[in-house]
Amino acid sequence: MIQFLSYLVNGISLGSVYAIIALGYSMVYGIAKMLNFAHGDVIMIGAFICFSATQYLGVPALVGVLLSVAVCTVLGITIERLAYKPLRSATSLAVLITAIGMSWLLQNIALLIWGANPKSFKSVIDLGTLVLFGGQLRITSETIVTVLANIIIMIALTQFTSKTKMGKAMRAVSEDRGAAELMGINVNATISMTFAIGSGLAAIAGVLLCSAYPVLMPTTGAMPGIKAFTAAVFGGIGSIPGALVGGILLGVIEILGKAYVSTELGDALVFAVLIVVLLVKPTGLLGKKIHEKV
Amino acid sequence: MKKILAIALALVLMATASLAMADAIKVGVIGPMTGPYAVYGLAVQYGAQIAADEINAQGGDIQFEILAADDQGDGELGVNAYNDLLDKGVNIMLSTVTSGSCMAVSTVANEERVFMLTPSGSADAITVGKDNIYRVCFKDSAQGLASAQYIVDNKLATKVGVIYNNALDYSIGIYNSFKAKAAELGLEIVAEAAFSDDTNADFSVQIAKMQEAGAELVFLPIYYTPASLILAQCASVGYAPVFFGVDGMDGILTLEGFDASLAEGVMLLTPFSADADDELTRNFVATYQAQHGEIPNQFAADAYDGIYALKAAVELAGVTADTAPEDACDPMIAAMQQITIEGLTGTMHWGADGEVDKTPTAVVIKDGVYVGAK
Repeated sequence: MIQFLSYLVNGISLGSVYAIIALGYSMVYGIAKMLNFAHGDVIMIGAFICFSATQYLGVPALVGVLLSVAVCTVLGITIERLAYKPLRSATSLAVLITAIGMSWLLQNIALLIWGANPKSFKSVIDLGTLVLFGGQLRITSETIVTVLANIIIMIALTQFTSKTKMGKAMRAVSEDRGAAELMGINVNATISMTFAIGSGLAAIAGVLLCSAYPVLMPTTGAMPGIKAFTAAVFGGIGSIPGALVGGILLGVIEILGKAYVSTELGDALVFAVLIVVLLVKPTGLLGKKIHEKV
Repeated sequence: MKKILAIALALVLMATASLAMADAIKVGVIGPMTGPYAVYGLAVQYGAQIAADEINAQGGDIQFEILAADDQGDGELGVNAYNDLLDKGVNIMLSTVTSGSCMAVSTVANEERVFMLTPSGSADAITVGKDNIYRVCFKDSAQGLASAQYIVDNKLATKVGVIYNNALDYSIGIYNSFKAKAAELGLEIVAEAAFSDDTNADFSVQIAKMQEAGAELVFLPIYYTPASLILAQCASVGYAPVFFGVDGMDGILTLEGFDASLAEGVMLLTPFSADADDELTRNFVATYQAQHGEIPNQFAADAYDGIYALKAAVELAGVTADTAPEDACDPMIAAMQQITIEGLTGTMHWGADGEVDKTPTAVVIKDGVYVGAK
């Protein structure tokens, strides 16, 4: 029983990392209606910025995190401006391919700047480990902080999109881009803002990812990015609470699958879930059902 | 005036460059220079270049020019890179770096009679049935056998767990031979857990399985990147068995930002240690660090030794820059079996099967440095 609880905690720990990446993924998709496959690589850049700031410049961890949020926000806006904005009226396939190209570009830029050698990321969260049941169950502070960060970000994002003017503009753009434009909403500025927030979140996700799993290299963001995408689809892409639920569930499925089925099938199970969800409930667990007008 | 000077200078440079290169034997180095395995490919390229520079600086009859090509660790790209290098006039190959690509390229090189020495392709099958394929590193099964033997001989543990990467030929090869040897020696493997690739970050389940089964020693036939995660995650759950690695573990101490205290007491069998105190290693490490700002790993050392082995063999075989690859092949095979190299990774000589004969040394990590184990 304790063993099961321990697996569950590990699953939540892994899932909370997926969830925090999925939040950014899902938000950008929900509003800009595009799959930003470079999201995982923005995460990697964020982690590298924090690593460089704390390791080479010797700044405190919190400053490193803020710096990486700032850099990634600017990076997100730049990527959107340079690569995605010119394709605003292009087919979604063209945008998707561009996003994949951007992902490779970011990985190879990181390879040039930081080299191929992996780095060991020093956790920014150093609060020790919560030990329960006489040492049988351990919950690291990274897990607790990541789960808390998820909840805070989820609440902040829902409040932002429902209460603020910019947030309402985002929802309007998401609903109907043409109509929003007619209502006087600056669609380009709104989408840029979406990318800014999404990329800022990516920086936080990168730092938390590497704090929990401390290896950093140019390909670090790729796999978690794809898993987070799966989580976002699982929870209902575009839905903010859905990303959180999807992420946590996916982490738990992966760990329990490894524990009780086979350690080799963890990844296979994750992607099997994606296929089943797409077959059975294409809108995901909490996704909105959209009626197509014929 | 400036213009004339510039043209004159350019001409002189071109003349000297072509003079220097006229007699240089072209050595093709294929490896992953970009992508997730770039760390290994670049290490090999840099290590080979350092050896070639040293040889060229001595100004002897044999001069080397290193031509590197990227295969991203992929067999198909490896064969493309191989063809490309032959078009550029390569005489012999110091290729390829990763086992997967090496399997593909060595097959083609065997058919086309191009002599190939792999610095680090360690899968057993690479040299099997291919008389012109040699290697500098140990083959995988040799490491598994030596590890099991060492654990039993030194009574390190009676209950052993293994965590291995089932997506990596290297890891599976060592694991299988370790398992067979352990069974033969009566060493009990109480738990074995695989993970699926290098980007896998969560090892909590694998570690829990080791802990549950009461493994006193965990054998890690994997590279140091996932190993560093395993060590960190074991520490966070308070599990402290003896960790035993192979040559892929080498490099863990140079992992930037890695807390060396996590690796305290880790044992590994490796032919190269950057902390060794002999003059050859010290010079090599210093040069490498000056050029690339990093401590060289075992791949760089294998490549360095590989170039010296090629030099000795080329000398004996009488191969020059004008020898076509297919004409160089048979003399090189004969020469490889006669030479002895005192290199960074030990004293080496080669058998007709292409396998190297050298001794792995066991080291244990104490206070962040390698110490010879007994």
